[in-house]
Amino acid sequence: MISRIYVISKGKANFVDSYLITHKFSNEKIQKIAKALTNPVLEDFSINKFPKIIKFSYVIEIGYKPGVTDNVGHTTEETICDLFHMKNDGQFAVYASKIFIISKSSKPEEVKKIALSLHNPLIERSYIASFSEIQKTKGLPLKAPQVILEKTLPVIEVPLKNFTDEELENTGKLGILDRNGSRRGPLALDLPSMQVIKEHFLGLKRNPIDIELEALAQTWSEHCKHTIFANPIDDIKDGLYKTYIKGATNLIRKQKGKKDFCVSVFSDNSGGIIFDNDYLITHKVETHNSPSALDPFGGAITGIVGVNRDTIGFGMGAKPVANVYGFCFGNPEDKRKFYRDKSLTQLMLPPKRIMDGVVKGINSGGNCSGIPTLNGFLKFDDRYRGKPLVFAGTIGLIPRKINGKLSHLKKAKVGDYIVVAGGRVGLDGIHGATFSSVATDSNSPAAAVQIGDPITQKKLSDAIVKEVRDLGLYNSITDNGAGGISCSIAEMAKECGGAKVDLEKVPLKYPGLRPWEIWISESQERMTLSIPKSKWKIFKNLMDSRGVEATIVGTFTDSEKCIVEYKGKKIMDIDMDFLHDGLPKHQLLTSPFIEKHSEPVLNNKKSYTAELERLLGQKNISGFSFVSGQYDHEVQASSVLKPLSGQGRINTDAQVFNPVLNSKKGIVVTSSTYPSYGDISTYDMASCAIDTAIRNTISAGGKLSNIAILDNFCWCSSNDPKRLYQLTEAVKACYDTAVGFGTPFISGKDSMFNDFKGYDEKGNPVAISVPPTLLISALSVMPNFNKTVSPEFKSSGDVIYILGETYDELGGGEYFKMLGYVGNAVPKVDVRKHIKIYKALEQTIEKELVASAISINSGGLAIALAKASLGGMIGCNVSIKNLPGTASSPEVKLFSESQGRILVSVSHKNVSAFEKIIKNIPHAKIGKVSKDKNFVITDKMKLAELNAKKLHTIYHNFSNKNK
Amino acid sequence: MKQKPKIIIMSGYGLNCEEETKFAFEWAGGQADIVHLNDLISKPKILKDYQVLAFPGGFSYGDDTGSGKAYANKFKNHLAKELQEFLSRDTLVIGICNGFQIATNLGILPGGLTFNKNGKYIDRWVDLKVTGESPWLMGIKKLSLPIAHGEGHYVISAHEYAKMQKSKQIAFVYEKGNICKFQNLEKNPNGSDYDIAGVLSYNGRVLGLMPHPERGMFSHQSPLWYINKKGAREGQGLQIFRNAIKYFNK
Repeated sequence: MISRIYVISKGKANFVDSYLITHKFSNEKIQKIAKALTNPVLEDFSINKFPKIIKFSYVIEIGYKPGVTDNVGHTTEETICDLFHMKNDGQFAVYASKIFIISKSSKPEEVKKIALSLHNPLIERSYIASFSEIQKTKGLPLKAPQVILEKTLPVIEVPLKNFTDEELENTGKLGILDRNGSRRGPLALDLPSMQVIKEHFLGLKRNPIDIELEALAQTWSEHCKHTIFANPIDDIKDGLYKTYIKGATNLIRKQKGKKDFCVSVFSDNSGGIIFDNDYLITHKVETHNSPSALDPFGGAITGIVGVNRDTIGFGMGAKPVANVYGFCFGNPEDKRKFYRDKSLTQLMLPPKRIMDGVVKGINSGGNCSGIPTLNGFLKFDDRYRGKPLVFAGTIGLIPRKINGKLSHLKKAKVGDYIVVAGGRVGLDGIHGATFSSVATDSNSPAAAVQIGDPITQKKLSDAIVKEVRDLGLYNSITDNGAGGISCSIAEMAKECGGAKVDLEKVPLKYPGLRPWEIWISESQERMTLSIPKSKWKIFKNLMDSRGVEATIVGTFTDSEKCIVEYKGKKIMDIDMDFLHDGLPKHQLLTSPFIEKHSEPVLNNKKSYTAELERLLGQKNISGFSFVSGQYDHEVQASSVLKPLSGQGRINTDAQVFNPVLNSKKGIVVTSSTYPSYGDISTYDMASCAIDTAIRNTISAGGKLSNIAILDNFCWCSSNDPKRLYQLTEAVKACYDTAVGFGTPFISGKDSMFNDFKGYDEKGNPVAISVPPTLLISALSVMPNFNKTVSPEFKSSGDVIYILGETYDELGGGEYFKMLGYVGNAVPKVDVRKHIKIYKALEQTIEKELVASAISINSGGLAIALAKASLGGMIGCNVSIKNLPGTASSPEVKLFSESQGRILVSVSHKNVSAFEKIIKNIPHAKIGKVSKDKNFVITDKMKLAELNAKKLHTIYHNFSNKNK
Repeated sequence: MKQKPKIIIMSGYGLNCEEETKFAFEWAGGQADIVHLNDLISKPKILKDYQVLAFPGGFSYGDDTGSGKAYANKFKNHLAKELQEFLSRDTLVIGICNGFQIATNLGILPGGLTFNKNGKYIDRWVDLKVTGESPWLMGIKKLSLPIAHGEGHYVISAHEYAKMQKSKQIAFVYEKGNICKFQNLEKNPNGSDYDIAGVLSYNGRVLGLMPHPERGMFSHQSPLWYINKKGAREGQGLQIFRNAIKYFNK
C-alpha cells in the first residue's frame, strides 16, 4: 500500500512537507505516524488528502531522484521503527519531498521556470500540479521513486587480448563497452597504461574481468597516484613531490633537530604535529571541484564530511576540532550560458547558483557535525566559471598515546577481519576518482555526484573517536574516499601483504548493483577497519548500540594478492605489486615561457578617496559575513579569535581556538592564495602565498618556529608543457620559501585538470580553464592563547606603525585588476629580511605590547588601514610620506601589495618598549588612531578622507546583498 | 565532604555539545556523565541516580522532520515513564538549543521552535534579560551569550503567553544590550514571539533556552574580550551551571 502524509505549519505557509510511505500498516498506525511527524504547537497534518489552503494556482513537488540519499526519508523510517518497536527489513520505505505553493496566478511556463530554480535535475525530480488537478485528485500522485536496475550480466570479461591500440584508447577514455552497447564512463587510463595492462594479462594468459580493469583505473588514477607530481619531469628524476615538497620537509626536520615538531607527515590521511605532551594536532585540506560543478550542494557537503574522515582516518582516529573552507567562483553576476554537450541540452549551472549551493553545502556539513568552521575565503574570477574550486579542510586532535601505544602508528594484521562501518553502498559516486582526473564534459558521469549524510557520519565518528578507539578494538583504520573500498582495502592490504574480499557481503542501499559497481562506489560515510577476530563481537555490539552498521566483508592476508570473490566465484585476482606499482612512469617535459602584460599609466591624482572606496567594495577584498555568519564557529566552546572580529565585524585572516578546554595552548589557523600573481609568475605566486600565510599566523600570535603548512595545487590542462612549466616554477618556490622560513609541509593534495570543455549558446566549442591556483594553509601552536591579537584598531591615541618595506609591486594585484590590467611587477619575497621582521613582531606580541596587528595583503596598505579602522569603528590619521622601501608614488604606497608588511597599533604606555624591539627592522611610525570616526591618509597632501561608518557600509555591501 | 550533585548529559544521534556542557557542569562543581540515548534506553533505572538531566545542543537527526522531533520521539517511545518519574522528584532539567527543541517536542516545556525569520542558520552573540523565576537563574539579571541555530524562532499563543508571564515562566527575553550596541546588531535575530529566548516549567525546575551558556563560560569567548583581556577567566554563562549545583548544595 502507498500513503502520503502532508505536514504543514499553522498560519501562513509557503510549503508543505510530504512523506510518501510504501507499507502494510493499518490506518490507525498511519495516523500514529502522522502524529509523530507533527508538532501540534506548530503544525497540522493530513493523510492522502492535500491540506486545505485557501487558494493557490500551482504546487511544485521537489524530491530526490531514485537512489539519491534521502536523509529525511531515512530519519522518518527510524522514527517509525521506534514508534512500533520494530525493525525494518524492507516491509516499508519512506520518500520525503517538499511541496512548494505558488499562490499568485502564474502561467505554466513561469511555473516551469520556478520549478527549475528550485531543484537540480541531475539529482532531484519535480512534479507540477495545478489547483484544479489537486481538486480532482485530492492530492499528489501516490507513486514511489524506487530504484529499479535493469538485470545485466553481473560480471563480464574485457577482451583486451585482441584490442587494437585504438580500442585500448577508447576503453581508457570512455570506459568499458557494456553488453547493451553503452560505455561505462571514463577509466581515465591513457594508452601506455592500457598497453601495460594488456601485456600483464597476456602474461597471465587470460583477459581481465571488468572489475579488475575498474580497480586498476581507480588505484592508478591521477586522483589517487598523483602521477604528475610523481613522474620524472625534465631533469628532475624523482619528480616534483619527492624532490621539492617532501624534500623540503625532510631537510627542515633535519635542521630543526630536537625542535622538530612533525610526527606523521605525508604517510597518512592527514599530517600530524605535536600539540603538547599529551596530544597531536592534525590537518588536511581537500578539494571537491568537479562534483561541485555538477551539484554544488552535494559536492560541497561531500567535500567537508569527506575531509572529516581524513581526520577520523588519521592514525587510530583523530577527533575533528575545526573545519576550514575556501571557494573560487565565477562572478555571480555572469549571465552567460554554457552547455556540456553540443546539442545544448546539458546546461552548466550559473555561478550564482553554484555559489549559493556550495555555501549551503559547507553549512550543512559543518554545522550538523558539531565542528566549528573557522578559516575561510572567497575568490572570484571569470576563469572559475567552468569549474569552481571548493577547498575543504579539517583539523583534528588525538592523544599521542592510546593504551600505551603511539596513536599515529597502525598496521592491519594477517587474519584480521576487513570491516566496513557506516553508510550503505549505492550507485552514487561511481567513477568519482577517474572523473576528477579529466576535464568536465558531456561524458561526465551523473552518478559521480553524491550527497553526504552528516548524521550517519556523526554517529560513526562519535562511536569511533569517542568510544571504540580507546578500547583498542582495531589494528588499523582508514577512510573511504575516492575509489571507495577498492582503494581503502587495497591501501590497508599493503600493511600486511594482501586481502581477500567477499563482495556480496557489502550492504547495499538497493538491490541490483553489479560487483564492479560495489567495488568502486564512493557512497559516503564509510570507514574501513582491520579488526582481530577476538574483538569483533564487542565491536559489533557497540556499533549496533550506536546505530552504526558494521559488516565483515573479508580478511587481510599475506598472499601478496588482492582477491575479490562474488558469491563464491573469484572475479578479481591481482598481484599487490602490479596493483600499486604497475603503473608505467613516463617522462614529463616542460616548455618555459614568459608573458609580458601591458601596464596602466599611473596618473598621480590629488585624491584617491574614490579609488579606495571602489577597491574596498571589490568582491575579492570586501567582507563575507553572509558566509562566516551562517557557519557555527563557537561549537566545542573553543573559539578565541573568531572569523568575524571587532565592532565592525571584519573577516579575520587567521583564527585562534583552544581545542583542549583546560589548556592555555591555542592553535592559529590561516590560509592564503594569489591566483592572479600566477598570470605573471607562478614562482612568486607560490612564495607570496607562503609568506602571507606565515605573516597572518604571526600577526595573530603564532610562532615562526612552530608553523606547519599544507599545499593544495589546483592546476589546469596539466598535459600542456607550458602549464607543467608553471607548475615546476611554483613547486620550486615552495621548496625555497618553506626551507627559508623553516616551515615544513605536513600534507598536501593536487587536482590537476580543472578544465571545462563545452559549448556556448550558439553551439560554438568553448574551453575554460582555472588559473593555476595554489592554496597554502598554515597552523601553529601558541603557548598561551591569552596573547592573541585581533586585527582591528582598539582605542583613540594608539600609535600606528607599518613594519616592512614597500616597493612598486602592483603587478597581479587587486588595484591593477580593478583598473583592468595585470601589469608585470609582481610582489617578491625576501625570506631573510622577512624573518627578522616576523621575529620582532613575535617578540612584541609575546610581551603583550601590541593592541592590534593586521597583515598587509590584497589591496595593500590602504585596504589594511581601512579594515583595521572599520573593524574598530574608529578613525585614524595617517601620513605615508616616509614609508620604508622605494615606493615611487602615493598611488603605489597606497595600493602596492609588497609582502612582509604588517600594520600594527600600540597603546601609548607600550610605545617605548615596542620601539626598542623594532628599532633594527624596517618600520615607520605613520600616525594615530583618532578620537572620532574620521579616516584620513596624507602624503605631501591629503590622499584620502572618509569615515569608519562609510568604510563599514562599503565593506559589507557585497555580503549584505547576498544575505 | 558531601557528595557532588550528579548530572546526566544525553548524547547520540547528532547531539554535539555534550563535552563542553560536561566541562561547564564539572567546573561549576558537579559530577557529570555523558550517556548515549541507547544506553539509557537499555538501563532506564540509572536515571534515578541523577539530580540534573541535560539535553545539550547539537543537530539530532540533522533536524530532519523538524528540529528535535525525531530525538524526542525516540526518547518518548522508550522513556516516557522514567521521565515523568524523574520530574516528580526535586530535580532540575536543562535543554540548550537543540536540547530546548527536544524538550518542547517532549512536551515538558510550552511552545515550539521553528525556522529563523530570515530562513538562515545564524551564529552570533545576543543580550538577554532575565524575566523568570527559577533555581537556574538565581542572581542573574542580564547576560550575553552566543546563539547558533537555524530553528530558534519561539512560537507561543497570546493566551499561553499571558499565563506564562503571570507564573514567571519566561526565563529570558532578547534585549539590545552591550553586544548588540557594540556590533550594532538587532536584538531578536530569529524573530521569536515576544522576544522570548528561553522558558521555564515545573516551577522553574525545567529550563529551555536557545543561547549557549557553555559557549559563554570563559570570558575570552566574548567578542568584547579584546577590549579588556585582563578580566577574570570565568564568563557570564557559567553562573547558570553554578546555580544548578548550588540548588543541591544548599
